Amino acid sequence: MTTPLAEVASSPSTLRAFLHGLPGVDRVGADARAAMLGTRSIKTTAKKQAIDMAIGMVDLTTLEGADTPGKVRAMCAKAVRPDPADSSVPPVAAVCVYPDLVATAVEALAGSGVKVASVATSFPSGRSSLEVKVAETRLAVAAGAAEIDMVIDRGAFLAGDYLKVYEEIVATKEACADAHLKVILETGELATYDNVRRASWLAMIAGADFIKTSTGKVSPAATLPVTLVMLEAVRDFLTATGRKVGVKPAGGIRTTKDAIKYLVLVNETAGPDWLDPDWFRLGASSLLNDLLMQRQKMATGRYAGPDYFTLD
Amino acid sequence: MFEYAPAPESRDIVDIRPSYGLFINGEWVEPQGEERHKTVNPATEEVLAEVAWAGEADVDRAVQAAAKAFPVWSAMPGAERAKYLFRIARIIQERARELAVLETLDNGKPIRESRDVDLPLVAAHFFYYAGWADKLSYAGFGPDPRPLGVAGQVIPWNFPLLMLAWKIAPALACGNTVVLKPAETTPLTALAFADICRQADLPPGVVNIVTGAGETGAALVDHPGVDKVAFTGSTEVGRLIARSLAGTRKKLTLELGGKAANIVFEDAPLDQAVEGIVNGIFFNQGHVCCAGSRLLVQESVAADLLEALKRRLGTLRLGDPLDKNTDIGAINSAEQLAKIRELSEAGEAEGAERWSPACPIPDRGYWFPPTLFTGVAQSHRIAREEIFGPVLSVLTFRTPAEAVEKANNTPYGLSAGVWTEKGSRMLWMASRLRAGVVWSNTFNRFDPTSPFGGYKESGYGREGGRHGLEAYLAV
Repeated sequence: MTTPLAEVASSPSTLRAFLHGLPGVDRVGADARAAMLGTRSIKTTAKKQAIDMAIGMVDLTTLEGADTPGKVRAMCAKAVRPDPADSSVPPVAAVCVYPDLVATAVEALAGSGVKVASVATSFPSGRSSLEVKVAETRLAVAAGAAEIDMVIDRGAFLAGDYLKVYEEIVATKEACADAHLKVILETGELATYDNVRRASWLAMIAGADFIKTSTGKVSPAATLPVTLVMLEAVRDFLTATGRKVGVKPAGGIRTTKDAIKYLVLVNETAGPDWLDPDWFRLGASSLLNDLLMQRQKMATGRYAGPDYFTLD
Repeated sequence: MFEYAPAPESRDIVDIRPSYGLFINGEWVEPQGEERHKTVNPATEEVLAEVAWAGEADVDRAVQAAAKAFPVWSAMPGAERAKYLFRIARIIQERARELAVLETLDNGKPIRESRDVDLPLVAAHFFYYAGWADKLSYAGFGPDPRPLGVAGQVIPWNFPLLMLAWKIAPALACGNTVVLKPAETTPLTALAFADICRQADLPPGVVNIVTGAGETGAALVDHPGVDKVAFTGSTEVGRLIARSLAGTRKKLTLELGGKAANIVFEDAPLDQAVEGIVNGIFFNQGHVCCAGSRLLVQESVAADLLEALKRRLGTLRLGDPLDKNTDIGAINSAEQLAKIRELSEAGEAEGAERWSPACPIPDRGYWFPPTLFTGVAQSHRIAREEIFGPVLSVLTFRTPAEAVEKANNTPYGLSAGVWTEKGSRMLWMASRLRAGVVWSNTFNRFDPTSPFGGYKESGYGREGGRHGLEAYLAV
């Protein structure tokens, strides 16, 4: 890291040299570390703490072609009051919708403190011109989105055109104005952990507030080792620049057990400072009910059936 | 702050008898002498059980039993011997949780390691050598390799059950019978293994277990009825054994100490190298003969690596070994703790800089925090002598040739680790390092199919793999 970070993106070659100069990731070792952290045994008070922490970090998400204002309003109600039977359950961090539904969500969540996030930039493929992506971002922000989840151009990244990816992120960040920018790397398509680390740094240098694993439309989506690599990247980026960036694994996290594994990973990789909805989110929709069910189990000692939890 | 609540493994699953005799000829027998020894839980200093100290007469009985069983066992078709070994392997798997808890109680190692590393490997060794029992003619030692006879085996306290498996599984597969002496501080899993032999209906006398300390071991090694001696332990004792066996017809294999180099190049996968260093020296509290106790790091990345390593050490969890979240358990004995302290103080006195993370130490039991020494030179005692504890000496180098030179500049040669993303350099290094095992971008990985053993003062002979058969066959 001899080039000052501000000049790293001054040309395609300096950017390339910087990204390829990052320490490599040994896949076997990273997988083993993630698997080891997955065996931490979180019970009793720690589990209770973890469940409430995880609920407060959920980005409740609906990203279907069939989404309607009714569906979004119902989800917003759930976001504010996840368990109607228990007012001690904290609200989730945000709801995440397509740009055309932002206004509906903003209205439904007014005054609740739950943020509205929107996937812009030709989600989920990212295959459009920069003008279209920026315009879409502006629309979502104008409609009231506090957070923008953008996708990177994986084609450009894999072709080695890092500067194009960089410039798109910079332009989108500018279009975000005050909104937070989460950059989706779509790690399932980047294939190698070396690429995940490079893409993480690329996004952070370009100004991302958050780096996010996946759209949820590509398999594999979030995995523990990929999240481990990203957590190492934000940790090292903070050391190098003094700027803190958040991490959001998304897709495929369905159970409380999985969610707790992610929290352990955060705790022991980036550190406890990241265990906060401002710095760590879980992109999930079906996770919430399992968290509620486990929470109730811990409070009452028994499981209620799935019919005791709402489906919105 | 996310505090993990204690997650202790229940010890109710183990049934420890107040007192144990010796396991000879398939029976529990009382020793002839009166002397007994207490085995304690090093994490709490609680007495777990009393075990017999076998004298010469007891050892003689055990060797006689083994000699009597040898003609029957060795004449058995390999496929039949394999059935017994497979049965033992399956019983070990079925009783894995019990054995893991027992090992942790007696040894002080974290349950995470006894459960996830030791026991799976123990079962794997029996399975692996069970597979060889009927294929000895195809092992490359001639069409009809013969067993040696009675094997006298002496094992250490760092991996009590795993070292038992490394010794007993190949010996039995080849048709030998066995008298085994476990370490005096960790006899309980070997005694539990005696029960497993009975459960597997192993013919009497094929496996005999005598407990005791150095004198018992000496009596076994020197017994004229023993045809083969296998020893794992300190170089000092290994030397004594080699001396006493010189000129006899007995075959000998020794697996002794080490002072392994873990070599990190500037292009290494940094985060995985940090994990590998931690695993190399803090695994099993550093009670590992092949531990990566000398970190050789290229000067250009030394500062970054040390910072990352210190940060990582801050997350290690030291405490109750039965807690599933514990990373570092107790030091096995007061004597060992004293030795680690003595060498660490020598390190400071010689001018190296000592560092440990802030880490609460329990009031009772034998504990030593994970410790780093920086500014270490090759001439320091902590760079030469085996500490056998959670103490890492950090040295630097400038070129690959210097790394090889420093790594080989030790009386030992058991293992080494190389961290680089450059394959050609990895191969170049591996062919020049004088060590029995060279790990590439990993450390402390074991597998029954892979031979293990040393150069120079780390001993001779190989255990594991096809090579491991050779020590138990007349070839």
